[in-house]
Amino acid sequence: MDDLIQEFIAETRETLEALSGEIVAWEAQPDDRARLDAIFRFVHTVKGSCGFLDLPRLGRLSHAAEDVLAQVREGLRSPDRLLVNAVLAIVDRIGELVEAIDSGTSLPDQGDELLIGALAEGAAEVAQANIPGLHRAPARSVRLNVDLLDRMMSGMSDMVLARNELARRLRGGDVDPTIEAALERLSLTVGEMRDTVTRTRMQKIDALFSALPRMVRDTAAGLGKSVLLNVEGSDVELDREMIEMMRDPLVHIIRNSIDHGIEAPVERRAAGKRENGRLTVSARQSGNQIIIEISDDGRGIDTEKLIRKLVANGRDEAKLRGLSERAKLELVFEPGLSSKDVVSEVSGRGVGMDIVRASIEQIGGRVDLDSIPGKGLKLAIHVPLTLSIISAIVVGAGGQRFAISRQAIEEIVTDQGEAIRIDTIGGAQVLSVRGRRMPLLNLCEVLGLTRAVHNGPRMISIVNIGEGSYALAADMVLDNEELVIKPASPAVMSTGVYAGQTLPDSGLPMLLLDCAGIAHVAGLDFSRDDDHVEDEAIAEAELGMPALLFIDLDGARRAVPLAAVDRVEQVDGDSVRFAAGRRRVTIDGRILPLAAQGDIAGRARLNVLRLKDGANEVSYAIDEALDIILLPEELVPAREPGPIAGVALIDGEQVELLDILWVFDEHADRESEEHAPLCLIAGDKDGWMASFVRPLLETAGYRVATQLAPGETPAVVLSADEVPIALAPKAPVVRLRNRRAAAGASDDSVYRYDRAGLLSALEARMAGKGR
Amino acid sequence: MPHLYLIAQLAGRTVAIDSDQVESVVDIGEVTQVPLASQHVRGLAALRSRVVTVVDTHTALGLDSSREARRAVITHVEGHHYALLVDALDDVAPFELLPLAGGVALGAAWQRAGRGIVERDGEPILAIDLAALVPGLSAGLN
Repeated sequence: MDDLIQEFIAETRETLEALSGEIVAWEAQPDDRARLDAIFRFVHTVKGSCGFLDLPRLGRLSHAAEDVLAQVREGLRSPDRLLVNAVLAIVDRIGELVEAIDSGTSLPDQGDELLIGALAEGAAEVAQANIPGLHRAPARSVRLNVDLLDRMMSGMSDMVLARNELARRLRGGDVDPTIEAALERLSLTVGEMRDTVTRTRMQKIDALFSALPRMVRDTAAGLGKSVLLNVEGSDVELDREMIEMMRDPLVHIIRNSIDHGIEAPVERRAAGKRENGRLTVSARQSGNQIIIEISDDGRGIDTEKLIRKLVANGRDEAKLRGLSERAKLELVFEPGLSSKDVVSEVSGRGVGMDIVRASIEQIGGRVDLDSIPGKGLKLAIHVPLTLSIISAIVVGAGGQRFAISRQAIEEIVTDQGEAIRIDTIGGAQVLSVRGRRMPLLNLCEVLGLTRAVHNGPRMISIVNIGEGSYALAADMVLDNEELVIKPASPAVMSTGVYAGQTLPDSGLPMLLLDCAGIAHVAGLDFSRDDDHVEDEAIAEAELGMPALLFIDLDGARRAVPLAAVDRVEQVDGDSVRFAAGRRRVTIDGRILPLAAQGDIAGRARLNVLRLKDGANEVSYAIDEALDIILLPEELVPAREPGPIAGVALIDGEQVELLDILWVFDEHADRESEEHAPLCLIAGDKDGWMASFVRPLLETAGYRVATQLAPGETPAVVLSADEVPIALAPKAPVVRLRNRRAAAGASDDSVYRYDRAGLLSALEARMAGKGR
Repeated sequence: MPHLYLIAQLAGRTVAIDSDQVESVVDIGEVTQVPLASQHVRGLAALRSRVVTVVDTHTALGLDSSREARRAVITHVEGHHYALLVDALDDVAPFELLPLAGGVALGAAWQRAGRGIVERDGEPILAIDLAALVPGLSAGLN
């Protein structure tokens, strides 16, 4: 929250500085519409941020000023000198309050009501008393020219290339180990430096999304609504500039969605919807654009109401009615429009939308609307991809390398896989995989390249481009890299199949493929199965956890959660030995405990599941792996604890689910102590901690419980990210977070894959050293 | 007012290039092909940390491609860097830009790029606009 406040202060201060000229000009010429709009936008933004940051005083002031300015905009009041003065006094007070917040001093608030009162029509003028003793706190950040950062970044890439060159030269001959060590150190520093430098310019879009849950909750609560927020794609990295520019529009849109779009619970029930509104915010890269989609399941845009309102504002009714449906929707972007009759604390008068569109167009983006009356509104912000870091898969085709955004890839299969079937229908190739059928494109053919001669299987990526999926065959999959993507020149972009260019460490430029563009160039048309795709998406969302289906040694069909399976491997029958009291198998030069249900003896080769839970690894012998399935939520639990957790119905057949915890408990090499300290796992919603952290804790000598037996007191509590610990007894708490980076200096949580960090944090808290 | 021009050999002709348009002159290393792009685009090349689009000036002028050309003039047009392949570089010297003599028909491709002439020891040299050779631009040949 501190970061957000700092940002708010910096931003407000900056706008105020820019605004000071406007204010003076407005004073001289109160009927200047552009100036009025600028000041209006300022107070509107301040109001928006205040509600979110919980700054009620600023909120009250800006709300009052906004009200009056809106009246002026609608022509209900004329901007006389008194009004102008009163508004300016409020703008000044906002500035003072912001400085006070920054320097941590307080400002007497009895003046606020006077200032607000002065806005009323016919009120007497108040003299604004200057409050002495305010001093600006020294700024904690510096603002740099983007150009300078760019130079720094390209200097950095030069350095990386030079390092690579040096390493290549040295690799050939006999090199003094000390030189090698020095190069190693240089490499390390250069690598770290590159990350840091990149961070100066790029930011995960998560920076934009992380504040949303709280904001949505507060906004919804303030309106007596309940909204479920779903955020997707928050690891896309973008130009900081872009992220900053999108912050306000996004906040406005979401507030509008909750306020105007999503109905009150009673109304929703009446309309046959769930009481909780759903709001989805997602970011994805598509071609040379980043698309941020905000969709809700509210009432959509009521164009009829929009028109009535505009007509009331003096617009020509016949002309408005003559517009196309699409153009009618676009009316929502008209300035000074209210689609809601009651002005609320939250979003005001729908004024956000004209500002939203203006600021998005300012960065070269656009806003698309898709409204279904009564069903919801989908709003897509398209912004150009100027610079971004994308996690990509590098594929080879025709002797050349291309990058494909990982986000677009659903999975990668080989054309020799068992579950894969390729047919030629008419002039097109079609790939069938696990009951899904989709068009198959050959990258070499699409690009007009000759296929490189090689004997291995072809790699097929299943790509999702939003409106549908298709399969894209390449000669091979080479690598998996984080790439800095920059826009390519128009001559390259005009082909329609590339999204940008990048310079990987090899020093040879590479193109990022635009999967949607390729589908377009190849003439794929997904518009026919729109409805079908939607059904499937819903069906998929409602199914549960992915699992591996296999035939066990005793012939039974069983499933195991995919998350626990590290890989499936084939081993020789004689690498299994009964040694040191149990059955063990040798894989990759390691000895692993081997669990099995059935007869192992006499098999020449054996398929083995390697199950991993972090610290421990156990192998489990099976007959054959079959398929990846989604486990239904309904699971009939086993009658007694054992290797089977329960049974589920899959395709009309009963399939037993392997109890991973039991397998690890029984077979993993570890000891457990009677008097070990008790660690309570709290807030473990998805069972992640129970399945993965628990074994780690147990090997480290803790007893682990997810629920306390009566009379038990935990020595330490382990809690998931952001879960309030309601049941926490008086015990030290260690929090786990999902993200690698800490949220700030005060964030004392531990990254959930940081095993060493977790154990030392547990020890420290128990010893009373921690907070 | 004399102005600095770069005298180069391009598609068998001598041409003058305004030095303001030239960022540097380099030898292009390995080029990454850009499938499906117009044939004026030879590919992409790395210039230290920068990726440039390599333009085959021969095809851009409607001539046969010059596969062996490696030397290129780097220019910056509308936010992107381009490497325009040239056969050879002769000279850099100040010249006065003169209007093209009336009635001279340069041929379609040259006509679009020609901006006037400069005179070197009595020899008239066509001054060209590099941006006109860059494909995919509004003023280009694409």
